Amino acid sequence: MEQFLIFGVVGLSTAAIYAIVGSGLVLTYTTTGVFNFAHGAAGMLSAFAYWQLSVGWGWPVPLALAAVLLVLAPAFGLLVEKVVLRPVQNLGEAERLVMTVALLSGLIAAARWIWDPNLPRPLTTFFTEREPLHLGPVTVTWHQALTMIVAVLVALALWFLLNRTRIGAEMRATVDDRALVGLTGADPVRANRVAWVLGTQLAAIGGILIAPTVALDAAQLSLLIVSAYTAAIFGRLRSLPLTFLGAVVVGCLESYLTGYLPQNQYLPGLRLAAPALLLFLALLLFPHGRLRGRDRRLRPVPTPTMRGSVVFAGVIVLFAVVLATVLDEVDAISYGPMFALGVVALSFVPLSGFAGQISLCQLSIAGVGAVVWGQLAPDGQPWALVAAFAVSALVGALIAVPALRLSGVYLALATAAFAVVLDRWIFTLPSFELFGVRIAVFNQSSVEMAGPDFFGFRLEEPAELMVFSALCLALGSLGVAALRLSRFGRRLIALRDSEAAYATLGGSLLAARVLVFALSAGIAGVGGALYGMQLQSVTAEQFNFVAGLPIFLIAVIGGLGAVGNGLFVGTAYLGPIHLLNAVAPWTHNIVQLLPALAGLGFARHPEGIVPGMRHSWEPLARSRVALSALLGGFAVLWLLRIGDVVGNAVLLLGTAVLALALRTWAQAKEATATEPEVPVEWWGVRRPWRKEDEEVLSRGIAGG
Amino acid sequence: MSALLELRGVRASYGGITALHGVDLSVSAGQVVALLGPNGAGKTTTLKVAAGVHPADSGRLLLGGRDVSGANPRDLARAGVCLIPEGRGVFPNLSVRDNLLMMTFTGRGREEIEEIAFARFPVLAERASQAAGTMSGGEQQMLALARGLATDPAVLLLDELSMGLAPLVVAELYEQVAEIARQGVAVLVVEQFAAAVLDIADHAAVLVRGRVERRGDPDAGLRAELSDLYLGSAR
Repeated sequence: MEQFLIFGVVGLSTAAIYAIVGSGLVLTYTTTGVFNFAHGAAGMLSAFAYWQLSVGWGWPVPLALAAVLLVLAPAFGLLVEKVVLRPVQNLGEAERLVMTVALLSGLIAAARWIWDPNLPRPLTTFFTEREPLHLGPVTVTWHQALTMIVAVLVALALWFLLNRTRIGAEMRATVDDRALVGLTGADPVRANRVAWVLGTQLAAIGGILIAPTVALDAAQLSLLIVSAYTAAIFGRLRSLPLTFLGAVVVGCLESYLTGYLPQNQYLPGLRLAAPALLLFLALLLFPHGRLRGRDRRLRPVPTPTMRGSVVFAGVIVLFAVVLATVLDEVDAISYGPMFALGVVALSFVPLSGFAGQISLCQLSIAGVGAVVWGQLAPDGQPWALVAAFAVSALVGALIAVPALRLSGVYLALATAAFAVVLDRWIFTLPSFELFGVRIAVFNQSSVEMAGPDFFGFRLEEPAELMVFSALCLALGSLGVAALRLSRFGRRLIALRDSEAAYATLGGSLLAARVLVFALSAGIAGVGGALYGMQLQSVTAEQFNFVAGLPIFLIAVIGGLGAVGNGLFVGTAYLGPIHLLNAVAPWTHNIVQLLPALAGLGFARHPEGIVPGMRHSWEPLARSRVALSALLGGFAVLWLLRIGDVVGNAVLLLGTAVLALALRTWAQAKEATATEPEVPVEWWGVRRPWRKEDEEVLSRGIAGG
Repeated sequence: MSALLELRGVRASYGGITALHGVDLSVSAGQVVALLGPNGAGKTTTLKVAAGVHPADSGRLLLGGRDVSGANPRDLARAGVCLIPEGRGVFPNLSVRDNLLMMTFTGRGREEIEEIAFARFPVLAERASQAAGTMSGGEQQMLALARGLATDPAVLLLDELSMGLAPLVVAELYEQVAEIARQGVAVLVVEQFAAAVLDIADHAAVLVRGRVERRGDPDAGLRAELSDLYLGSAR
C-alpha cells in the first residue's frame, strides 16, 4: 500500500506536467485550429534556454525563469505565428500540419546544433535544499508539490480565460469563422497571437518543470509530448477537465508500470512505449468531433503518361549507372542510400498523394523491412525481398484496420504513436521466440545486412547495390505510375476527395484503405531492406520517428502526388548534405536544418516542386534534337571523366549547364511552335476540337 | 435626404473575372433598399465591397459622406457597418451567450446587448448556453440578426436572410428588419426571394451581370419586370 501511494505521488507530479503541456496543446488547437506537433519541441527549447541562462551563464533562478517565460517564450510564440503559420492560414489542414512537423524537426536539429548533445547538462529540481513534506507514509518533494500547484493554477486560469472573458470568446470564435470575427469588429490576428504566446508559455513551463527529472536531450524532451498528446486526446482536443483526467491516467500508468511491471528484458521498453500505446488506443476508442477550421482545398493529382514514366525510369537507372562509374568507394557509400530512401519516399505517393492519408511512420515500416531482410537473408536470398514486402504490407494493413475511421491530424498522430511504439519497445527487444521461430529484431545494437545473391552473383560493392536500388526505384516508380492510371488509382483519389461520396457510390472504404496502406507499407519495407543492404550494418536509430520526419517533409515539398517524388526525395535529401559537407565541412550542423527550413518554405509551393519540374523539363524530353544533344554532350563528358581527364565537379557542372541551356532552348522553341491562344468559346470553331479540350472544360467548370 | 451609404462606380473582380462593372447605389438613414437579381449578378459582391471584405478595383465607398474606400472590415464594423453574411452569420461552436459577447466589440456592453436581443427574440434567452450551431436555421438567423439589432449600427447589410428558411419565418425576420430601419438604420438587403423583401423595401435595384439594370419603387411594374430581368429577356 505504501509503495502504491509513493508511486501515486510520482505519477501525479508527472501527470501535472503532462496536464500543463496538454492544456497548451488544447488551447492552441481550440483557438487557432492548428494541431501543433512542435509543441513539445517548444518546451524542449525553453528547457535548454533555461539551462543556458541559469547554469550556463549563472543567472539567478528567478531571473532566468522570468527571462524564459516572460520574454523568450512569448517572443518565440509570436515568431511562430507570424513566420510559420500566417502563410498557411488559408491553406488546408495538411499544410498546417506539415508546417508544425517541419518546426518539430527543425527545432530538434537546431537544439542539437547549438547545444552539443554529447555533453551532460544536469538541472537541479526546484527547492532541492528544502526538506520534503511528509504526509503520512508518503514523501512529497517541493518540486513535486510545486508542479501540482502550478498545474491546478494553470487549469483554473485557462478555464477562466476561455469561458469567462471576451478575449477567450474571440479566440474560440476565430477558429469557427475567421471572416465573421472581422465583421464583428474583433481582431482575428490578435486572437491568434494571444493563443500562440500562451501556448508557448505553457509548453515552456512544462519543459522547465520536467527537464530536471529527465535527461536534457533534444529528441527525448520533444517526444515527451507524446504523453501530453494522449492527455489532449482524452479531452478530445477540446475539454480542459478531460485533458487533466487524461494526464492523470497517463502519469499514473507510467509510474505504476515502473513500480509493478515484472523485471525482465522484454518489458522495460513497454513502459517507455506505454504513453504512445495509450495514445494509439485513445485515438481509436474516443469519438472525435469534426476537425475544426477544416477547409479542404484539394489539389489535382498529376497524371503521368506511361511513355514519360518509362523514360523517367530509364533516367533513374542511367543516373545510378553513371554515379556508380564516377564515384569512389567513400562517395558511393555516402550517396548510395539515395535510391533506397527514394523507394521509402515513393511509398508516400499512393498513400498520401493518391489516397490523402497522412502517415508519419513510413521510415519505421522501412525498419521492419530491414529487420525481415536481416533475419531471412543472411546469405542474400533474393526471395527475402519479397518477404520484406509481404511482412511490411501486413504491418501496414494492421495499422489500417484500426485506423479506418481516423483521418487528417488524428491519423498523423496515430501513425506517429505507432512509430514511437516501434522505436521504444519493438525495435529495442532482444531476440525472442514466437511460434517456435527465433526472431532477432535489432539485437539491441546493430544488425549486419548482406547484399542480394542472384544465382551465385553476389552484389556486395556499394556501387553495385546502388544500381540495384535504382533498378528497384525505377520499377517502383513505373508501378506507381501504372497505379495512378489504373481503376484502383482513380478510386483512391475518389476516396481522398470525399469518403462519403466514395461509400455512397458503392466503394468499400475498408478494402481500399487496407489495400493502399498495405501497398505503401510494402514499398517502404522494400526500401528499408535496400537501405539496410546499402548501409551493411543498421541500428534502430536509423529508422526512428525523428529520422523519418525529414523524409516526410521533403516528400511533401516534392509534391506527394507526383510519381517522380521518389528520385526527388532521395536526391534532395542526401545530395545537398554531402555536397555541402564536401565543399564546406563547417556546414555540417546547418545542413541538418535544411529539410526543416525547406518545409517551412513550402507555403510558397503548396502543390509541390516535382510537378513544376516536370512541366519545365518536358519540352526538352519531347524535342529529339535537344534530347540527343544532351545525351551526346553528356556521353562526351562522361567518357572524359572515365578517362580521368576531368573530375566529378566538371562532369556535374558541365551536365547541369548543358541541360539548363538545352531546356531553355527547348522551351523557347516550343513556345513559338504553339499557336496563339484561342478563346474558349471559339474552340472547335477557329481551331479543330481536340481530345483534351473536353477535360480542360470540365475541370474549368467544376473549379467554378 | 442625404445618403448614409453610397457606392459610386464600383468595379470588382475575382481573379480575371469581373463581377461588378461600375455599380452606383445609395441608402439613406431609415431606408430599406432591396438589391435583387439572378444568380451570379454580383449582389453578394456588392455587399462584400460595402463591408470591406472584398476590395474594389475602382470606384468609391462613402459612409456618411466620408470616403472610406479600401478600409478593412474591422474598421468599417467599428464605424457602424454591419454585414450579416450569407448562410448563418453565427459562430456555430460558441454558445448563444458567447455569440452575443462577440457583439461587444463595436461599443455596447454585454448586459445591454443581451437585454435587447433577448427582448426581441425571447427564444434566444431560452437557448443562452446552447451551442449556436445546434439551433434551428430560423433561430440561428435570429441570432445573426440580433447583431444588426443590438450593436446599433448605422448601416445594416443583409445577405440572403431567407436562405433555407420556411416562408413564415422569413416574413417574421423581415418584420424585424423593417423595425430596425424605423430606428434610423440604413438597410441594404440582398435577396433572391424577391416577394419577401419587396413588401418592406422603400426602394429596389435590380442587378444583372454586374450592372444595375433597373431601379425604382417596389411597385407592381417592377415586380412584373423582374421575371424578364431574371431570365435575361429584357436586353
